[in-house]
Amino acid sequence: METVVEAIDLLKVFDDGIHAVDGISFKMKKGEVLGLLGPNGAGKTTTMHMLLGLTTPTSGRVCVLDIDINGKKRAEALQRVNFSSSYVSLPYSLTVVENLTVFSRLYRIKNRKEKIAELMDIFGLNGIRNEPTRRLSSGQITRVSLAKSLLNDPEVLFLDEPTASLDPDMADRTRTLLRKIGKERGMSMLYTSHNMAEMEEICDRIIFLNHGKIIAEGRSEDVVRSLGGTSLEDAFLKVARRERGENVGG
Amino acid sequence: MEGSVYRAFAYTTRHIYLYRRSLPRLMEIFYWPMIDLLVWGFISMFLASYKGALPNFVAFFIGALILWDILFRCQQGLSISFLEDMWSRNLLNIFVSPFGPFEYVASLLIMSIIKLILASTVMVSLAYLLYSFNIFTIGLPLVPLILNLIVMGWAVGIVTTAIIMRYGQEAEVLAWGIAFLVQPISCVFYPLSILPGFLQKIAMLIPSSHIFEGMRHVINHGTLPLSNVIWAASLNVVYLVLAVGFFAWNFKKIREKGLLAKVGE
Repeated sequence: METVVEAIDLLKVFDDGIHAVDGISFKMKKGEVLGLLGPNGAGKTTTMHMLLGLTTPTSGRVCVLDIDINGKKRAEALQRVNFSSSYVSLPYSLTVVENLTVFSRLYRIKNRKEKIAELMDIFGLNGIRNEPTRRLSSGQITRVSLAKSLLNDPEVLFLDEPTASLDPDMADRTRTLLRKIGKERGMSMLYTSHNMAEMEEICDRIIFLNHGKIIAEGRSEDVVRSLGGTSLEDAFLKVARRERGENVGG
Repeated sequence: MEGSVYRAFAYTTRHIYLYRRSLPRLMEIFYWPMIDLLVWGFISMFLASYKGALPNFVAFFIGALILWDILFRCQQGLSISFLEDMWSRNLLNIFVSPFGPFEYVASLLIMSIIKLILASTVMVSLAYLLYSFNIFTIGLPLVPLILNLIVMGWAVGIVTTAIIMRYGQEAEVLAWGIAFLVQPISCVFYPLSILPGFLQKIAMLIPSSHIFEGMRHVINHGTLPLSNVIWAASLNVVYLVLAVGFFAWNFKKIREKGLLAKVGE
């Protein structure tokens, strides 16, 4: 299967000497949903930011859709991917439709109005199309952000804890929707979350990071088997508690 | 009552902790009084140097104020537009799109011009209605004066934006005040000759001092000395190139340090 994202010996050492990402390599296939999992400070966000070219690696290389993300054709790669995070917002004073219009212009979407209308339908935004973003609930902002992230029909979608601020019902609807859209469009997704059930449900494959290194990789049951435990959450707790020298039990 | 006083003092520690660690905030305490003292001190010296009536009093001051505002609006128009993105935590959305950092700066420059046109229209109209001062009596020399002030405002704005991008909220105060750092030596409201000798030498390196000297020459003698335009334009080219270079270097550092996601914190 075609590789859409490739990280080669990715290393990020910050000024304080911390190895946030410590020489990791992995590939992401077309249409795959790949999860990045790990305790706080494991290097998930730094990895995602390096994949998006927001942070430059100390060494190593990132290829997105066969383009070096830190090279001269960076904009070409970014035209074909998108990103959504519950920690990133949109201009507060702009209405939903204005925000989507601004970003559709940045991505030079040709059939702009139709595209926005389609995404507003998908994410149920028609009732709030003229509401300023500041008046929206966190769930509504997440849906607008996801709509923004699909404006350019991305081949790869980077999702940083997209359901972190949603209630379980809305989170479940969002996951279902993402899974459906991903399948329909053959879109690959790189997904980070602290919700283990969510990771088990949505990801085809999981990379478990700890201290910037990959300590387990594979389908969720492979990761559980590799780290020990009865579920992904149990495996996660074992790793996190082992770190702190606590009795991990079972 | 005693409890209330205690709690009021207790909460001041929140601000003291903040100021103790923040050089820009600490400097701001001294910055504005110092700028006010310098500007008003030099204006007073200038006025005191005239025994009789001051020639073209209205033109000197209101003309200078309108032109100064061009520089200030250009710098602020750029920096405030950037702050809007920082405050709304929108920067990552921007920089994961194909929109490059220089395209982003270009969009801020365009926005600063739109804001400048709106603000100047109001100022020029009010100056005419309230004080019967018509800035257009300066005539064609107004064009090089304005263009140079715009470019200088941009250079200062680009540097300010780069610093805020790197240091976040800590450096936010620069957006409101950095232009005023050069105001005393820009000789906006008084001639260069009023400044002490060493400050005159520094002022010669500031494009705006040549522009305001030129403005006063036009008002007094009807002509704009070419030397003022050449000095201002040459310095502006140098400063604009340096500002863009600084922005590029700074953006590279920000990506190296992984600070883009933290801008605004």
